[in-house]
Amino acid sequence: MLRNRKLIRPVQLLGIAVLAITFMGADVDARFNKLGHQLMCMCGCNQVLLECNHVGCAYSERMRNELTASLEHGDNDSLALQSFVQKYGNTVLSAPTTTGFNRIAWVMPFAVFALASAMTVWLVRLWKSRPVAQPVAHPNLGSEELDELRKRARKETEF
Amino acid sequence: MPQIGSFTLLLALALAVYSFIAGALALYRKDDRLGETARRAGIACWAAVTIAAFALVLAAFGNDFSVAYILHHSNRDLPIAYKFAALWSGQEGSLLLWAWLLSTYGLVMRLRYKVDPQLTAYASAIVAAVQVFFLLLINFAAHPFGLVSGTIPADGNGLNPLLQYPEMVIHPPMLYLGYVGVTAPFAFALGALIMKYPGEKWIHITRRWTMVAWLFLTCGVFLGAHWAYAVLGWGGYWGWDPVENASILPWLTMTAFLHSVMMQEKRGMMKMWNMWLIFTTFLLAIFGTFLTRSGVVSSVHAFAQSGIGIWFVWFLAIALATCVFFFVRNLETLKSEHRLDSLISRESSFLFNNLVLLVACFAVLWGTLFPVLSEWVTGSKVTVGPPFFNRVNVPIGLFLVFLTGIGPLLAWRQTSWDSLRRNFLWPTIVGVATAIALIAGGMRPWQDSAYFYSLMAISLSALVATTIFGEFWRGGRVIARQQHSSIVSGMVQITRRNTRRYGGYLVHFGIILIVIGFAGLPFNQDKEQELGFGDKMQIGGYTLVCQSYTQDDNPNYGSEWAVLDVYKNGKKIDTMFPERRFYKASEQTSTIVANRSRPNEDLYLVYTGKNLDTGKPIIKAHVNPLVMWIWIGVVVVGLGTVLALIPNWKPTKIRAVEKEREVAETAVKRGAVEVGGD
Repeated sequence: MLRNRKLIRPVQLLGIAVLAITFMGADVDARFNKLGHQLMCMCGCNQVLLECNHVGCAYSERMRNELTASLEHGDNDSLALQSFVQKYGNTVLSAPTTTGFNRIAWVMPFAVFALASAMTVWLVRLWKSRPVAQPVAHPNLGSEELDELRKRARKETEF
Repeated sequence: MPQIGSFTLLLALALAVYSFIAGALALYRKDDRLGETARRAGIACWAAVTIAAFALVLAAFGNDFSVAYILHHSNRDLPIAYKFAALWSGQEGSLLLWAWLLSTYGLVMRLRYKVDPQLTAYASAIVAAVQVFFLLLINFAAHPFGLVSGTIPADGNGLNPLLQYPEMVIHPPMLYLGYVGVTAPFAFALGALIMKYPGEKWIHITRRWTMVAWLFLTCGVFLGAHWAYAVLGWGGYWGWDPVENASILPWLTMTAFLHSVMMQEKRGMMKMWNMWLIFTTFLLAIFGTFLTRSGVVSSVHAFAQSGIGIWFVWFLAIALATCVFFFVRNLETLKSEHRLDSLISRESSFLFNNLVLLVACFAVLWGTLFPVLSEWVTGSKVTVGPPFFNRVNVPIGLFLVFLTGIGPLLAWRQTSWDSLRRNFLWPTIVGVATAIALIAGGMRPWQDSAYFYSLMAISLSALVATTIFGEFWRGGRVIARQQHSSIVSGMVQITRRNTRRYGGYLVHFGIILIVIGFAGLPFNQDKEQELGFGDKMQIGGYTLVCQSYTQDDNPNYGSEWAVLDVYKNGKKIDTMFPERRFYKASEQTSTIVANRSRPNEDLYLVYTGKNLDTGKPIIKAHVNPLVMWIWIGVVVVGLGTVLALIPNWKPTKIRAVEKEREVAETAVKRGAVEVGGD
């Protein structure tokens, strides 16, 4: 029993180590994939790093190795990306950051959407609030006028 | 050939200038004879540009390397079809193609002038002005018949290998047909504004022109996406490259125009808006050409950087100033006849549809130009790549899909809550049930925003498909009841009776299929591995076994390829041959993707190269779910557009009644004349 207890602890530790290595490995793969899509290949192909497929591309292989090395070294995502920015410049990031002037890039489309939506709703309400022509009491329409109205109704409801 | 080409291009310029000046003068002086000479000059201009285009193609076929353009874009061993494609593979040739297509649109317009002689005369003068710009450009800034100085080389540099693919023979002409086709509705719209055209007839005249241009642009954009998928070998079909973005900008505004124009036709509303939508579409088409050719933004597709950008800037400025001038001058003719009655109505759904399309257009334009803006403001350039466009445009796109679903269910003028509840019940049930089924099937939208968007896209697509089917069903049921026929026969009849409406629904259905294709993106898998004889690679449910790898040679290119057996559940299902080519004349390599496409997923194999140490091929495998639905969706969109272009069929009874009415009206008129004569 005692011997078993002595064995349990190392087995538990081994299990934890195996799990940690397995999950850390999976995490590194997932992070490599995630960060590799946040970087551009700098060979001038204008493609995301992990999607650059130029045969004999002088950059993508090297950059992928650098990313792997950075992750294996234990750098967090921010540090890994920062090391690329320092080496290759801002254009290595596949999207603008959310700091400084770059924030405008992200905000503007949604701001325009919100503003345009608000303006559209306001316009419709404004038009709606205008006085509506009152219907004439007991209209005495001839068949031609009725035909004309039917034609108009058909036209307006065709689509 | 170069002499004939140069001469006819100059002649075409002279004829276009005459067509524009004489056409404008004839309209000013109301001189019909002068106007007729302008029309004929426009037709002759087409003949001259056609001869020039033929001269360039013949120079390519005849390996005339004294022409610099042919030297740089062709070679002796290039297959005939690609020699033909050389016409648009470079800056000068593609501008010549543009000018030829424009003069062809002009030719059709001038031949069909009897539809509305006065409006066509205005439109023809405007088209002639655009022709003058492009002919000036190819005569003086990007001449396709420039000669090589010094010794003429024995062979040419060859065509870019990426362009040596069957789809490349049709993709650029399709795209250009769309871009250039925008000029026709633009010319009619501006013409209508200048002449203060009464009524909405000009909208009816331009509708076919707009739809045809939209169809070509749609086909061009998606053929480009398919080409990128099949040729570039990165496993995707849309990379948000500036040139791709440039093609989608006018498509978005033209789509908005096709919707909002219905409000003008039916209710006399949004006249100013429609005018500006078509102006913007034309300006964006030209702006896209400027982006591709000026070198303002870097792109893998762009033509070589050149000095012609400034020509486009001036043309854009003049075109915009002209539009603004006539808009301000004739503003009073564009007042709406009706107002919106309710926020919940077909009209406001069109309004929101326009809003979303324009915001999407703005977001794409903004992202494309932000690097330039950033460099200008901060002095440092940034990259705006796929992550930005996906994060910004996907939510906007989903909202648009939602509007596609609800729009047809709303009534004109005002929709009651009861009718809303009735019409939305089944689509909502189907949409929610789809979402539940997807989650039950293993989709986890809370794990990643991409999965969430995918779930939303498929659920909304189910909702929209239900509304579309419901529309066909309801219409078909009415006809079936009237004629005691089957519901399918009723659905066919209702479609034939209102081709525009039901063709439109078919287009919406095609768009839904495309959205479903996009929804597979977050579930893509890829893997790269070196594969020797008998080596295996596991990806998705597939096992790839390398049977062989070998190489071959022909006068145009040398190639290496692998032979891979594909197994699924232990059973051999296919053999695939991913290939890499080395083109001799251009000394460039290109991959030929092996793709096994099925409705559920594509198995996409790329021969990325060879390990120089072991001599074994390196294969990159992708499993891309649902991609096939994108291409099926495009075909459905095309069919829907063609259906919408077909005139409505009228049942015999209605035709007989109309004929009787016509006869009666003629008789009454004749009687009136006779009485008057007495």
